[in-house]
Amino acid sequence: MRRITTWFLSTVTILVLLLGYHTSTSSAFGSPGGTSVLSRPAGESGQSQSSSGARVVTGPTVQTQWGPVQVEVTVEAGAITDVTPVQYPTGNSTDAQINGYALPILMDEAMQAQSANIDMVSGATVTSTGYIQSLQAALDQVGL
Amino acid sequence: MSVDTAHQQLAAAGTSRYVDHCMGIPISLAIRGRHARSRMGRTAWDDTIAELRRLDSIFSTYRKSSVISRLERAEIGPDDCPDEVAEIFELAALAKLETNAAFDIWRPRDDGVRHLDPSGVVKGWAIERASAPLRFLDDTAFCLSGGGDMVCRTPSTDAPAWRIGIEHPHDPSRLIAVVPLQNGAVATSGTVHRGEHLVDARSGRPVVGVASVTVVAASLTVADIDATSAYVMGADASRWLSDRPGITGFVVWADGSTTTTGDGQKSIS
Repeated sequence: MRRITTWFLSTVTILVLLLGYHTSTSSAFGSPGGTSVLSRPAGESGQSQSSSGARVVTGPTVQTQWGPVQVEVTVEAGAITDVTPVQYPTGNSTDAQINGYALPILMDEAMQAQSANIDMVSGATVTSTGYIQSLQAALDQVGL
Repeated sequence: MSVDTAHQQLAAAGTSRYVDHCMGIPISLAIRGRHARSRMGRTAWDDTIAELRRLDSIFSTYRKSSVISRLERAEIGPDDCPDEVAEIFELAALAKLETNAAFDIWRPRDDGVRHLDPSGVVKGWAIERASAPLRFLDDTAFCLSGGGDMVCRTPSTDAPAWRIGIEHPHDPSRLIAVVPLQNGAVATSGTVHRGEHLVDARSGRPVVGVASVTVVAASLTVADIDATSAYVMGADASRWLSDRPGITGFVVWADGSTTTTGDGQKSIS
C-alpha cells in the first residue's frame, strides 16, 4: 500500500496545496469535480537528475491568497525524501485582517456556556452519537 | 440600501439553524440574513449536505465500499480514484513533512499494522469545500460546523461577527474561550469526545502534555490540519504553531493553562 502513496506523490507535481487550496474551493460549486488543485497552472517547472539517482522536481509557482508559493521535491527510488520551499509567503494584509478579529478571549473560570452568547462551539470532534450531550446540540435546539 | 440598514436587517432577521448527520459527525448550519429562511438558502444547505455525502462515499474508512477502503484493499489503483483522492494525499504528505512525521495518515493500530486513515485531513477540507453553495447566497452570513470545526462568513465587515465558543477540554459543559470571527475558519483538535484517538504516528502512542489545540485561519483546510498536526506534536504544540504563517493558535495544556500564538494584531501594526 505504501507504493500507492508514493505513486501519487512521485507522479504529481507537488504544489503547496495547503496554502493554495482555498482558492479552488471557491470555484468548486456547480461542477462536480470542481477545480482540481492538481491541475498544473501555467508557469515554469522542471526537474533534474542527480548523480545519486535522486530526482529533484521544481514545482510551478502557484499564486495563493498568501502570495506566490513554489516547492522543490526530491524523489529517490519512487519516494519523496525532501520537500524544500523555494518561494514561501510571509503573510499579508488579508491574514492580518482575519487574525485581527480572531484572537480568543479567555473566559472566566465560572463562566458557563449558556451565558456566553455564542453561535457555535468548537471542540474535540463530536461524533453523531456524542452529539446529543453536546453544547452544540443545545444551541441547535434553541434555533430550531 | 445603506450599510447601516443592511446591518439592522441582518440582526433583526435572527439566526436560523439546520442540522444533519454525515461522515459520522453532526453538521450544523447557523445562517442569518436574506436567505436564512428562503428556498434558495434551503437549497444551498441541501447541496452542502449532498456534497458531504459524496465526499464521504470517497473517503469513509467505515464504509467498505468507499474509494479509500477499496484503495487500501488494493481492489482499485490510483488511476481509478477521483481527483480528490490525490488532493488529500498531497495535503497529507505536506502535513507529515511539516510535523517530522508525527502526523501521518498511515498509522499503526492495535495490531501493529499501519492502516490508511485520511480522516484527519479530509474533515476540514470537506466542510470547506461543501460550504461553497452557501457562499453564493447574497446578503447572507453563515457558520457551517462539522463536529466542531467550522467555516464562518459574513457579507460585510460591519455585520456582527460569529461568536465561536471554545470548549473546555477538561469539561465539555464549559467554555474556555470565545473567538469572534467574521470570515475565516476555526478547528479544534483534542480527545475529549472520542477517547484517545489522536496518536503520534511515529510511536502509535497517545499524545501527552496537551489537552486541546484550536487554530483560527482563513481556510478550514489549513485550520484543521494545523490543529491536528500541532496536537500530535504534544509538548511542542505552541512552538510548532508559532512558526506557521497566517494563523492564530490556542493551546490548552494538560494542566489547564493556555498559550496563544500568532497574535494577528501584531502583524497589522
